[in-house]
Amino acid sequence: MSHSTMRVHVDQDRCQGHNRCKALAPELFELGEFGNAREIGDGAVPPGLEDKAALARANCPEFAVILTEL
Amino acid sequence: MTDTTTNVARLPATDWTTDWDHLDPRWRNDPYPIWDELRGTCPIAHTKRFMGAYLPTRYEDVKAIAYDTEHFSSRRVVVREFRAETIIPAPPITSDPPRHKALKQILLPPFLPEEIARIEPKARAICNELIDGFIADGHCDAAQRYTRHIPVRVIAHMLGVPEEDGDLYIRWIHEILELGITDDAIMWRAFGEMTEYFIAEIAKRKGAPRDDLITRVMGARIDGETIPEELGIGMLRLLLIAGIDTTWSGIGAALWHLARTPEDARRLIAEPELMPTAIEEFLRAFAPVTMAREVMKDTEINGCPIKAGNMVLLSFPAANRDPAMFADADKVLIDRKENRHAAFGLGIHRCVGSNLARMEMTVAVEEWLKRIPQFRLDAGKAVAWSEGTVRGPRALPVIFGAA
Repeated sequence: MSHSTMRVHVDQDRCQGHNRCKALAPELFELGEFGNAREIGDGAVPPGLEDKAALARANCPEFAVILTEL
Repeated sequence: MTDTTTNVARLPATDWTTDWDHLDPRWRNDPYPIWDELRGTCPIAHTKRFMGAYLPTRYEDVKAIAYDTEHFSSRRVVVREFRAETIIPAPPITSDPPRHKALKQILLPPFLPEEIARIEPKARAICNELIDGFIADGHCDAAQRYTRHIPVRVIAHMLGVPEEDGDLYIRWIHEILELGITDDAIMWRAFGEMTEYFIAEIAKRKGAPRDDLITRVMGARIDGETIPEELGIGMLRLLLIAGIDTTWSGIGAALWHLARTPEDARRLIAEPELMPTAIEEFLRAFAPVTMAREVMKDTEINGCPIKAGNMVLLSFPAANRDPAMFADADKVLIDRKENRHAAFGLGIHRCVGSNLARMEMTVAVEEWLKRIPQFRLDAGKAVAWSEGTVRGPRALPVIFGAA
């Protein structure tokens, strides 16, 4: 069984609620009541969603999406 | 809205590095070469016009200023000829920390993606109704017959006021954001009319709340207290001003590009899954909105001394064309994968209506391409661009069908 090799995290001090990550990777991000994003669960990226995670990072205007290799 | 030329006798800018003027016709018609030149020679230009103002053109500098709320205040967000003692508040866009956050939180929930999704069918219906009105003619001025009406009717629907009042709003916005840059009296008159208008609408809802934005804003609470009426009216003023000519411009610039670039129109029809990246690219390449800040304390940006008392023309459109930030910055690539554009601002003042604007742009381009897949600029007529703080086509004559 394959497992995740990557984790996403939204830096709450940087996020301004542009919602790009949620639009590009709804499997990985959710929004709070004022539209700021956070990673779903512990942010582990399920196999097959690595490209979407990278896309979310590459389109965040505030550089708030952080990717770490596990 | 026929005359957008406010300064017949205005002296032309002599040197963009020391005498820049965003009201100069050369800037209005094609600002991109001016910014490209400044970025290379004088990345933070200055002018004595407008009682003193800076113009940063690099992405990094625009971002640094947008993030620095200590030295740069948002209390004035338009670079005008004069600085009135009294400042028109349109919170939270004109608010600074620490006050800003609670005010913005009042407006954020109704603009969340799921709220905007509920309005999408209404926006599609508006687009099709407009197209019904001119498609048989075989040509139209897309800026006057199509793009201008979409955002104004959508925001009227959200505010809970008659869609027919749209022409009134467009006049106010023209008077505040274009004519008002050089004529204080016109700006104050429009401001007064707008305030009267909202006072009357608020009175209709007293004791008879409705499911609309006016009711929602006027009923908002901070720390358990209902907000004062004056504050609520200021926020309504912002909602009216901010969402109309901005999105009008964004949709117009997208159609202008597609009219000149039929291969992109064909590609979007053949590969509709590209629509989201195409919309982001139109937002980057033709970002309509330029904001402003007022320098409150002396500071330095990128080695350049910045003096208190000046204004800053905060050009997100210029930042979006910076080759240090964007590969092929001068090209429109509808499949651009990496796009951290600043069209909706950076930092705490990120546009509250960004989800609404994206939805309206997407719907307007999609419905247009469904009904008018082939169209081109009418070579016999001129495209005209707006002046000042929000840039987009105000005349966009197009002919339908293959060339």
